[in-house]
Amino acid sequence: MEAWKEYVAGVKAVPRSVWDSLVRHGAPVTDRSRMEAVFQNLFLHIHPTRVHRWSLRWSSTLGLGLICAASFVLLVATGVLLMFYYKPSTLLAYQSIQDIHFVVPSGRFIRNIHRWGAHLMVIAVIFHMARVFYTSSYKTPREMNWVFGLVLLVLTLGLSFSGYLLPWDQLAYWATTIGANIAQSPKELTDAAGVTRYFDPGGVQKTLLLGSRSVGEEALIRFYVLHVMVLPLLMLLFLGLHFWRIRKDGGLSRPEDADERLGPAGEEVLPVFTQAPKKSYGLMAVVRGTSPSVGRGPENTVPAWPHLMTAEAAVFMLTLSVTVALSWFFDAPLKEMANPLIPENPAKAPWYFLGLQEIVSFSAFAGGVLLPMITLLGLGLIPYLDREPGGVGHWLGKGERPKRVFLESAAFGLGAVIGIEAFAVRVGWLRNWVPEIPQIVITFLNPGTLLTFLYVAFSVHIIRRENSTRMGGIAIFTCFLAGFLVLTLIGTYFRGPNWGFYWSPSDWPVH
Amino acid sequence: MSADDRVAQSGRRDFLTWGAWGAFCAALAAALVGVFRLPKPSVLPEPSLKGKVGLPGSIPEGEYRKVPGRNIFVSRGEQGVFAISAVCTHLGCIVAPSPTGFDCPCHGSRFDAMGRVVGGPAPRALDWLKVAKAPDGQLLVDEGETVPPGTCWKA
Repeated sequence: MEAWKEYVAGVKAVPRSVWDSLVRHGAPVTDRSRMEAVFQNLFLHIHPTRVHRWSLRWSSTLGLGLICAASFVLLVATGVLLMFYYKPSTLLAYQSIQDIHFVVPSGRFIRNIHRWGAHLMVIAVIFHMARVFYTSSYKTPREMNWVFGLVLLVLTLGLSFSGYLLPWDQLAYWATTIGANIAQSPKELTDAAGVTRYFDPGGVQKTLLLGSRSVGEEALIRFYVLHVMVLPLLMLLFLGLHFWRIRKDGGLSRPEDADERLGPAGEEVLPVFTQAPKKSYGLMAVVRGTSPSVGRGPENTVPAWPHLMTAEAAVFMLTLSVTVALSWFFDAPLKEMANPLIPENPAKAPWYFLGLQEIVSFSAFAGGVLLPMITLLGLGLIPYLDREPGGVGHWLGKGERPKRVFLESAAFGLGAVIGIEAFAVRVGWLRNWVPEIPQIVITFLNPGTLLTFLYVAFSVHIIRRENSTRMGGIAIFTCFLAGFLVLTLIGTYFRGPNWGFYWSPSDWPVH
Repeated sequence: MSADDRVAQSGRRDFLTWGAWGAFCAALAAALVGVFRLPKPSVLPEPSLKGKVGLPGSIPEGEYRKVPGRNIFVSRGEQGVFAISAVCTHLGCIVAPSPTGFDCPCHGSRFDAMGRVVGGPAPRALDWLKVAKAPDGQLLVDEGETVPPGTCWKA
């Protein structure tokens, strides 16, 4: 009978026992138990148990990194839903998108969210990078996380570009044709050297990307696999690394004097240690820094649950409401079905590539391969070339000097790009004066390369004048941002048929 | 064991270590070569690049005709019939005829009536394609075979 009673008691206790084996920490009713939950739970342990009050100020991060992550979550969710109906075949792709748009219940809404979420993610990634740069948050020990961030930027753009082809409409087809030919553009160099017959890296890249000579079935399935499998998995991997390194590099960056500037802690900051500890605890040998530090309790930190988590939830809800609102009012575009015989005129890439398209319209190799590579390499080297300590966590650093350099660089960056573009539009370029000029000269001497040269020269000048690599960094980063902005605006609003310059689409010739 | 023996032994160990690493790297490289060979097709999956464009007499003289369904322009000059590819050498858009030659809609490349670059970003002239006569008397243009500019088919 003993066994029977035990058995009955066991049956009654099943829900409780299952729950206890699932959640192995106590009910989250005290700060201590909530911190324990964060520490023990696989999904929560991406957070620290306690987070510094500085990190929770809106002005520290503007929540931009979280917006990127939130839009990625949204994109995965809506992307999986779209996969139920989308058919990656040249015959069916366009129709299946039409089905999603017009027939599938809430299909249009889901597709719109996917579209606007992707745009939002690109914007957020760019702003996030700017935030990290202007608050000097790439400095030691966060150099590698800056590089991982760049990988995430490239993956974000790759995902956007690969997704652009899938609807198989005119826009998709011609943007992808242009993209694939940019991959082929090293041919400009091998042609000039006369070795294309024996050594053709451009041609190999194009063939690998398209699986064929032109955009067709093979290209569509390749882009589909990249878009739904390869790139998202890489994205997850690098997101994991990115988040992991934030923790391991000591949390979000903050100024040295964060504690003084925050002032005395409020009611919500509970002292864990009533006295400053006399020794460092824990894994001092393997964890960066001595945490908790000797002589200083973690008094300016608050438990991640609820303070950090409510902030995260707020940012997620903001992202969700912005995308939902956009999706409610604006439909994702869908042009006519792809026609390999008639290009769109003008054939425009998505907006974030229109700055590139603008410089590609001078030279395919310089604009599509050389300058993007130089830009990425330069961005990646920033934390290794600017080793000046200090200024971390301040917008633009302390004092008037960085702000002055920033304004100066913005003015120079805008002036140079507008000047060069105006010259190229009004006066023309080398080929207008010397029609027989060899292509290789234009490849290396065109408005895009000239602009890059001016920007680099300006930042070298700033490094020497200000005797500071950080100031040089601010100069080059600001210049490139200004250049990107202006080129993107020109490509988006002022380029019309045959890539001619028009002040407004109403001036476009009728054809 | 004498010192000399130990030196000899560590030399052997180093050799074996390097040998093992070498074998590992060679195996990895061979596997990767196999993996990366796969995405590069040995046969390009596309329709035939050769196509008939009509009887020699039907090709217009002094003006260009776009071959329906193909990205080719054909015309007849004093030298004979010739074909020019409509694919822009810049980034692969399809050029359209203009009063002076050809214009590309994507990035504004301009070509003269012989396909030579006169403006814009195109790195080289439009391709001239090989024209031949098919057994049924029609002309055959091969988009896969370029010929030097100026090459014409003469009856």
